[in-house]
Amino acid sequence: MSHPTLAIGGTVFLPRSALRDLVTVLRKRGFTVIGPTQVEGVVALRPLTSGQELPRGVRDEQGPGHYRLVPGEPDLSFEYVVGPDSPKRKFFPPVLNLFQFHVDRESFVLDAGPPQVPKLAFLGVRPCELAAIKVQDHVFGADDPRTVRCESETYYCESRRESFLVAVNCTRPGGTCFCASMETGPAAKDGFDLALTELRQGFITAVGSVRGLEICHDLPVREPSGAELELAELKLHIAHEHMGCTLDTQGLKDLLDQSLDHPQWADVAKRCLSCGNCTMVCPTCFCSTVSDSTELAGPKVMRTRRWESCFTHQFSATTAGPVRNTIRGRYRHWLRHKLGTWWDQFGMSGCVGCGRCITWCPVGIDLTAEAAQIRAHSQNSVPPVEEAPV
Amino acid sequence: MPPDPPASGKSPAPGNSASHSQEEAPRAAIRPRPKLAVYKFSSCDGCQLSLLNLEDELLDLVGAVEVAYFLEARRQVQPPPYDVGLVEGSISTPEEEDRIRQVRRDCRMLVTIGACATSGGIQALRNWADVGDYVAAVYAQPKYIHTLETATPIASHVFVDFELRGCPVNHGQLSELVSALLVGRKPNIPTHSLCVECKRRGCACLLVAHGEPCLGPITQAGCGALCPAAGRACYGCFGPMEQPNILSLGSRFLADGRSAREVKRALRQFNGYLEPFKQGSDHYERLEQGKH
Repeated sequence: MSHPTLAIGGTVFLPRSALRDLVTVLRKRGFTVIGPTQVEGVVALRPLTSGQELPRGVRDEQGPGHYRLVPGEPDLSFEYVVGPDSPKRKFFPPVLNLFQFHVDRESFVLDAGPPQVPKLAFLGVRPCELAAIKVQDHVFGADDPRTVRCESETYYCESRRESFLVAVNCTRPGGTCFCASMETGPAAKDGFDLALTELRQGFITAVGSVRGLEICHDLPVREPSGAELELAELKLHIAHEHMGCTLDTQGLKDLLDQSLDHPQWADVAKRCLSCGNCTMVCPTCFCSTVSDSTELAGPKVMRTRRWESCFTHQFSATTAGPVRNTIRGRYRHWLRHKLGTWWDQFGMSGCVGCGRCITWCPVGIDLTAEAAQIRAHSQNSVPPVEEAPV
Repeated sequence: MPPDPPASGKSPAPGNSASHSQEEAPRAAIRPRPKLAVYKFSSCDGCQLSLLNLEDELLDLVGAVEVAYFLEARRQVQPPPYDVGLVEGSISTPEEEDRIRQVRRDCRMLVTIGACATSGGIQALRNWADVGDYVAAVYAQPKYIHTLETATPIASHVFVDFELRGCPVNHGQLSELVSALLVGRKPNIPTHSLCVECKRRGCACLLVAHGEPCLGPITQAGCGALCPAAGRACYGCFGPMEQPNILSLGSRFLADGRSAREVKRALRQFNGYLEPFKQGSDHYERLEQGKH
């Protein structure tokens, strides 16, 4: 099947019935296909075998500290937005055994080396997640193999190089979404192999790469009609106007730099649990801790990497104790990093506006509201607040 | 046998006082196995059972240490001193008050295992009531019962070197603790919230997605999110995490329509007598009684 729009940068129409074919085609090419699945009352990312696992007729209701799945349009497959999982979970696994060795007389013997890198295809990656992948590509060095930093991750880079991304644009933003403010959505601009916009009959499909083009050749795509293109555009325009949250990013980094003693930090510290949920669900948070463990059985040593959070004591532990010993200090560090100091470190925003940290905060702390409070009361000269005693 | 310490000898196993002069002698002869003692006080035996349930590692354990005193496992007892003493249970009787002091004298390193030994356990609920009422309600012949007014953690009586949380303790943490003690390194026992483990495991959040009163955000990790993975909200059996913000989570529970009494009872369980949970439950008790 060949027509003028089937080219990189072009747009084709994928009939709804072919969504399963897309999963099949990717699987035939050796990919493990990961996509949204309804699990225990949330939309989680799980391996797909047929595409039948994709939720259908489901919407999510999201707010600060609140998430529920409710019935939606029975025909539609992508009426929900992001759940607690993000592709980070696969590229940068929460627990990864790096290697294991044992001591044999005077030498070390490697029992298990670095883990095998999977070949993953993601179906349903949202534009904010593409932006987050771009952030982590930079942090872990996947965007420029010549740059090696202490954050560089081999496993991440290799699994990213193998990966295939089918994005889905958001036509119905969630209650905590603010990608429009962060200019990362609701429509994907780049960084995908294919990008779908859901209409009732099927999907307007943008082709973003050679591999995406190859996959299209195996699918029953056709040229989209003018009306279909217009409808997709209109849906995305409406989505842009209906974000659940907004964040004013104008001069935000400087504002935060100048607000180290703002009373809002003490206020948020009363609410913040320092539980680390925000960092666990954040698609850009990249901190990890590496620990070695020995076994009772004797000279066996395993090195394991686990997701770490800047909200734990251990994170900033020194011989003199944790550097950030108060919840106020930890929250301030996290928020400033996401919205401000990430620019210094990586030349980009650490926040992509997915809203996960708002939804999955057990007490519903909303970083857009906290930033707005800091902005609202920054012009007035506020007396500095002393760090509260522990 | 664990590996020999590096040449610097910085991390000797507990009780390693043997001479290193016999270069040619077999290693086993140079390093006698550390002597392990396991004690029970007021408790259900679940934590001792966790030790026996190590199964795959049990033979390695008895190969690495000399089980010198462990009445639940073997009748034979070797005389003290012991290198490591693991203590299960709380101090609930006058006899136990005396015995724990002797145990401390007998062990070079004393480690409490489980909620009872670390916080007083479920039996510490008596600390908010009159123990005489309980005794009268439970026993046909209360005059034969000799008990203390309170059930208290081991650390209220003697110095404790390390505390392992949980009701019961987690197999992995117990194995990690013993392995670490054997090679003389610090055990890798996190003190952060359960949420970190729960999210790593990929469980759906029972609080946010289901409105369950989950104590995970104020509870110390260690169980591997056992309950949330089974769809059950955390009830805090690993006790309070580092710096728990109990009042904030409590406010969320109240906002969800739960009563101060429910919040109090959630906090006053297996670790109710451990300080941050104790203070929190007392706060919600005052709230329940209309005092602020």
